[in-house]
Amino acid sequence: MIYDWLFRLTGSETAAAIIQSLLPLFLFILPFALFAVLLERKVSAHMQDRLGPMRVGYHGILQTVADIIKLVQKEDIVAKDNDRLFFDLSPVIVFTGSYAAFAVIPFSGIFLGSNIDLGLIYIVAVTGLVVAGILMGGWASNNKYSLLGAMRAAAQIISYEIPTLLIILVVIMVSGTLNLYTLSEWQTSYFWNWLILGGPVFGIEKLLFIPLMMMSALIIFTSTLAEVNRTPFDIPEAESELVSGYHTEYSGMKFAMFFLAEYANMFAVAAIVSALFFGGFQSPFGYLGDLFNLPWLIPIEQFFWFTVKGIFFVFVQMWLRWTLPRFRVDQLMTFCWKYLIPFAFVILIIVGLITVLV
Amino acid sequence: MTYFLKFWQGLGTILIGMKVTFRHLFIPAVTIQYPSVKPELPERERNRLYVNMDDCIGCLQCARACPVDCIEIETVKSIPGEDLGKTSNGKKKALWVTKFDIDIAKCCYCQLCVFPCPTECIYMTDVYEFSEYERENLIFDFVTLTPDERQEKKKNYEEFLIKKEAEKAEAARKKAEEAAQKKPENNKEEDKLNDKDDKPKEQE
Repeated sequence: MIYDWLFRLTGSETAAAIIQSLLPLFLFILPFALFAVLLERKVSAHMQDRLGPMRVGYHGILQTVADIIKLVQKEDIVAKDNDRLFFDLSPVIVFTGSYAAFAVIPFSGIFLGSNIDLGLIYIVAVTGLVVAGILMGGWASNNKYSLLGAMRAAAQIISYEIPTLLIILVVIMVSGTLNLYTLSEWQTSYFWNWLILGGPVFGIEKLLFIPLMMMSALIIFTSTLAEVNRTPFDIPEAESELVSGYHTEYSGMKFAMFFLAEYANMFAVAAIVSALFFGGFQSPFGYLGDLFNLPWLIPIEQFFWFTVKGIFFVFVQMWLRWTLPRFRVDQLMTFCWKYLIPFAFVILIIVGLITVLV
Repeated sequence: MTYFLKFWQGLGTILIGMKVTFRHLFIPAVTIQYPSVKPELPERERNRLYVNMDDCIGCLQCARACPVDCIEIETVKSIPGEDLGKTSNGKKKALWVTKFDIDIAKCCYCQLCVFPCPTECIYMTDVYEFSEYERENLIFDFVTLTPDERQEKKKNYEEFLIKKEAEKAEAARKKAEEAAQKKPENNKEEDKLNDKDDKPKEQE
């Protein structure tokens, strides 16, 4: 574990903990956000037969770096009637909420922020903080559009947390653990043992699980997509209706924090989906490190696979964004309450019966 | 039943949509990287005007044809003995063009000035990147003469006029002297002519 190594290096528990808690931010989230913004722009451009950013660096690879430099330089505009305290607090809370989720996400066999047994519940709880931040920002902006966006965001995130939780419950029933690290370890490094294909159990229940787990993966992907407020579930931001929703009034660094939180959230969600159903950091075909007897290679491979899976799901999110139009509010609620939740319940009951009977 | 059907239809149509967008991911972009790659312009494109002053005879036809009056031309007659050369299609030039300003800011790119030109010296080019910060910079001066030369030509012509005037005055004076001798005969003839001219107008 990285923590033990850091502890030996610094000789102090506090220092090791602080360094470890900052590692994912600087080594992963910031570079990922830079990369994801560029990826988003490139993917959207090529899906519309455009080229996207081409000027800064080779094929615009430095575009997001330039954007960040611009954002940092920008003036921080605060309107007269903004509720100053909550206005300033909101981006911090939103970012904290999405960053705290990374504490329990296992990036690799040796890197895990906190190996707590309540990992999944912790993620659900802590991402709930994002709703508070968004609502706070929308309210403190003293702007009708912002408030509308924030209200929509709250309604949407709370609604879509229900199918997410139900599917997490399904996973818990099958695997018997809430710890994301053990969950990833449990799904061994061969893709037929992943939960999407019934988990590492053999017999009749594996066959029964396969369609159920595919449905579950679909439902949790959809509902988590809605939780991060992305198209087709982007009614809180809906730029054609609400300017840009709850962060209309924000500028400069505060806006950058919302932006960073959005991309961090995207990856967190992708990581959760991949950890639950696609083996987390596990390789799909075994490890080269095992094959050539190089034990140090395994964590690097695991990190590689984790990143690849995460980026793949982020790509699917972007892909959906440029495929589907935005939901109407009533459609959004219909989709959640009339389709996702009943389906999730039925899956929950069937999986419960199977686990009890078989 | 329709409930499940709708669910499957929704899923299916999303996949169809995703297939379409995924295919477009690999279709070459239609973007043209403008300043570095320029699009090929059509054969008869109309952009900035250009005047080839070697061929200009100062006939003012283009200025007259212009619907927005963006062409301003001033010409000065050449004095005898000056050779201005010939245009490329063999017309003899007789006027010094001392001012040929085209205000491109006013120009509406109608190409109407191009057709009347007898020597085809005003034409549309393929230059379309000529934005300026000051509106005055969009007034293009095509005259090849230097400002001094223009002044000189004007002065020459004025001097020539004065000289001519003097000659004329002298000639007139001489004529008057000659005419004074034949005066009575001339006056009668002129009166008759005037009468003939007036009559048809009254009838109308």
